[in-house]
Amino acid sequence: MSPVQTMPPRGYHLSKDELGADILEVAMGPHHPSTHGVFRMDLKLDGETVVDLKPVFGYLHRNHEKIAEDISYPMSMPFTDRLDYLCGMTNNWAYALSAEKLIEIEVPERAEYLRVIVGELTRLVNHCLLIGFFINDLGALGTPLLYALREREKILDLFEVLSGARMMVNYIRFGGVRCDLPEGWLGECQRIVDAFPAFLDEYETLLTENEIIIARAQNVGVVTREEAIDFSLTGPMLRASGVNYDIRKVDRYGIYDRFDFKIPIGGHGDCYDRFMVRMLEMRESVKILKQAIRDLPDGNIMGKAPKIFRPAPGEAYGRIEAPKGELGFYLISDGTPIPYRFKVRPPSFVNLTALRHMCLGHKVADAVIILGSIDIVLGEVDR
Amino acid sequence: MNSPELSDRKEVDLSPEATAKAGVILSSLDWIYNWSRSNSVWPLQFGLACCAIEMIGTAGSRHDIARFGAEVFRPSPRQSDLMIVSGTVTKKMAPQVVRIYNQMPEPKYVIAMGACAISGGPFKQGYNVLKGIDRYIPVDVYLPGCPPRPEALLHSLMTLQEKIKRQKSLGRNITNPAYADGRRVYPVPELKGDDLVPPFNPDVWTPPTANPNVEDGCPKGRPAR
Ligand code: SF4
Repeated sequence: MSPVQTMPPRGYHLSKDELGADILEVAMGPHHPSTHGVFRMDLKLDGETVVDLKPVFGYLHRNHEKIAEDISYPMSMPFTDRLDYLCGMTNNWAYALSAEKLIEIEVPERAEYLRVIVGELTRLVNHCLLIGFFINDLGALGTPLLYALREREKILDLFEVLSGARMMVNYIRFGGVRCDLPEGWLGECQRIVDAFPAFLDEYETLLTENEIIIARAQNVGVVTREEAIDFSLTGPMLRASGVNYDIRKVDRYGIYDRFDFKIPIGGHGDCYDRFMVRMLEMRESVKILKQAIRDLPDGNIMGKAPKIFRPAPGEAYGRIEAPKGELGFYLISDGTPIPYRFKVRPPSFVNLTALRHMCLGHKVADAVIILGSIDIVLGEVDR
Repeated sequence: MNSPELSDRKEVDLSPEATAKAGVILSSLDWIYNWSRSNSVWPLQFGLACCAIEMIGTAGSRHDIARFGAEVFRPSPRQSDLMIVSGTVTKKMAPQVVRIYNQMPEPKYVIAMGACAISGGPFKQGYNVLKGIDRYIPVDVYLPGCPPRPEALLHSLMTLQEKIKRQKSLGRNITNPAYADGRRVYPVPELKGDDLVPPFNPDVWTPPTANPNVEDGCPKGRPAR
């Protein structure tokens, strides 16, 4: 395999490989329905087989980190919603966690429970939608996605009642959460969580034993256990390759040590395993939600956070298990209310590094579903 | 012509709705064109950022954009009438957006969805963010919000339908003044150095310098970034 060469920016043309065969160079994206946003893959094709792939991103580089180094710590909170725009709650949580490490704020118990509840609801939203998009990439245009959107709307209604916004929630604060539950919220949440397994059963009947999905997703885009660790993959991607690593179990941040749940592990590391791991993870999230709603204590929702957030010089790295993998915020403080360095460790960006390895030797149509199975959100990849 | 029936003839309502009720269809070509155009707007399946997720949500069963005849999201610009610029346009992406717009067939419409597409939104101070897509292509409907709710997107679609219904096939086209001189293809900007060249398209946008209190879109005294 020759090293990756720079390619012309758009269009495609033919070149010859060493043996004189025609190699077609195609730029897929940034406007392409299957690239999940503005992402470009420069493909080199031999017939229909991918012989080389170069991911090109930066089309959604919105200067998140640079803007955050210009404004005070709490002002960055709404910007984190827009990183991975499907999971606003978990982004807030990760940022709050690292800021709490920087200044050592105690979070009250009720707030911790509320964080777990909204975090796991976010996981449900993300996995539902992702599976909808993934099946969409397989060619089932619309229908499974409509089922996913239907469930998403129910959970977004909960978020809206709680925080005032559907997607950009801006709910979690340093030391707690912004507001307490409105009346009747918990009952409604309980109702949705109780009804969720029925939806999952319906979804699984539709999808898991579907012949087309099995034929197209099994043994496609395989990452072995060792490779997955070498690529520093995290989240469902890593667990589908058979590595038992979930930060909820490893770090036990917040109050995750109080819940009884299992970590689904895949055995083959192919697209089908990634899809199944997410399916099973949703069931575990439902379990966590039921326990959290049952045990939710009364009390304060905000700890003793200082009025002006001015940490002592130092650094902190807080990480959580976001639906897509390890989401971390690395903050360096120089003693002023404005961070000296603000670094995001986005899970989908790091998971994307394995794309070329997974696609080589497969057909173009498989490259589309491999990309879909990684679960990228460009807001987070480009920041 | 002096027959009694004709002399006590009443005034007749000749509006298309009234005549259609009576079983007669009288219409102008414009009305038929606009009626069919406005009820089958095919949007381009073109997501840029967060707002695109709400656009997909609008296509879902709860909000059901199909009620307005706009559910056929086309992946190819050659088959679509409406471009929903849903999200942040960066300087790297802007040339592509204009190029895709140029590839759409006439008549074509643009909805700028979200604060980012209108003005740069929350990321306005970013060095890589275009401060409004209307600098390069004409926008028909501006839809504020971050992200706008699906209901708001439906409302903007209805606003666009109203606008299409007022279109004239002869004379100056009210949806897009730049069509009047026969120009249909807009210059594609190029990323040179750290900015786009040209910085804006004077046919569709002029810097708001007429207001003495505003400089380059920012209130006076604040440095324009
Ligand atoms: S307006 Fe808000 S929601 Fe829409 S793309 Fe911009 S930041 Fe995202």
